[in-house]
Amino acid sequence: MACMKLQKLQGYLEDVDIFENPKILLEQYHTSPEIAAQMIYLIAFNDDNIQDKCIADLGCGCGMLGIAACMMECGQCVGFDIDEDALAICRYNLEEKEIENMELVQCDVTKMELGTKWNEKFDTVIMNPPFGTKKNAGLDLLFLRQAIAMTTSTGAVYSLHKTSTRKHIEKVVRDSWELDITVVAELHFELPKKYMCHKKASVDIYVDLIKVTKPEKKRSKEKVTKKHLMSS
Amino acid sequence: MFFTKLLKMNLFTHNMLTSNIIKGVTKGYPLGIEATEVKTSEREFNPDFIGRMIPRLEWPAVVEGAKMLGQDAVPEEVPSDYETNEEFLKQAHRLLLEVTVQEGNLICPESGRKFPITNGIANMLLKEDET
Repeated sequence: MACMKLQKLQGYLEDVDIFENPKILLEQYHTSPEIAAQMIYLIAFNDDNIQDKCIADLGCGCGMLGIAACMMECGQCVGFDIDEDALAICRYNLEEKEIENMELVQCDVTKMELGTKWNEKFDTVIMNPPFGTKKNAGLDLLFLRQAIAMTTSTGAVYSLHKTSTRKHIEKVVRDSWELDITVVAELHFELPKKYMCHKKASVDIYVDLIKVTKPEKKRSKEKVTKKHLMSS
Repeated sequence: MFFTKLLKMNLFTHNMLTSNIIKGVTKGYPLGIEATEVKTSEREFNPDFIGRMIPRLEWPAVVEGAKMLGQDAVPEEVPSDYETNEEFLKQAHRLLLEVTVQEGNLICPESGRKFPITNGIANMLLKEDET
């Protein structure tokens, strides 16, 4: 097990480059080094879902979460983002940090469900998706659904969501999708004034780190129906 | 020390990319690879990780991709003892993670649509009228 200390991980993430000009329509804001370090640390040590695992970072932006996962010795990480500028920063960060086990793909995460080859490929999906509270309502759930599709039957999705949307997300995940959801941690974000529509210098927001998994009985059903891919 | 470009597209990612998101394309798999810059860089061998990934991958697409990248010594099939077959795992590790494309195109096998790979990043975005 990787034995890097939380402070060391956070310190390492402090100099990861972030968005210079965040795009409001994509709801870009970077995941702070503090949040990223805490999140990945929790996943690594409580659940052992980072080391040697195959990981996806959806809407990776500048790569903060994926880089944190690479630091905690994941097997391979694939970052997905729609925005060329964000990917350019991410690429720079990966080169600066000499990280070799993260790859990037430019695509629209919300449309990827049509490319089903990604389904059930990842042990763990980590993400800080758009909150879906601006003009793009529902984006958070689109990301979540895509993340679930991409994880193996025993895998887990870890995602950051506004605490104010907790009830709604729990309801959709539990009742409509029939999946297990737990709030792993409540975290506190300080969102610096980045967008013109923020009047205050910084905005405090409260986010949940949620974990979504597929229930046991669904797993066993899947195993019976799932044919091995090798011969196809 | 010279600056090495670390980022690249490998056959592990290639194994999951399809072009059936394009209107009218049914399978769109595996994508052709037209590489102008292929690079092989050594990476730490993690047999457990590779062994766990093998059943998730479509091996025939790995074979096809590897050939398009000019690789020889490509095992045509996954041996039944793949989990403990170190020789195979080492070959798989090399083909999946070490052989990489920095510049080139991925090509839809049905429509011929090209997806550029620039600085090691495959751009799979489609225009609105393509979906």
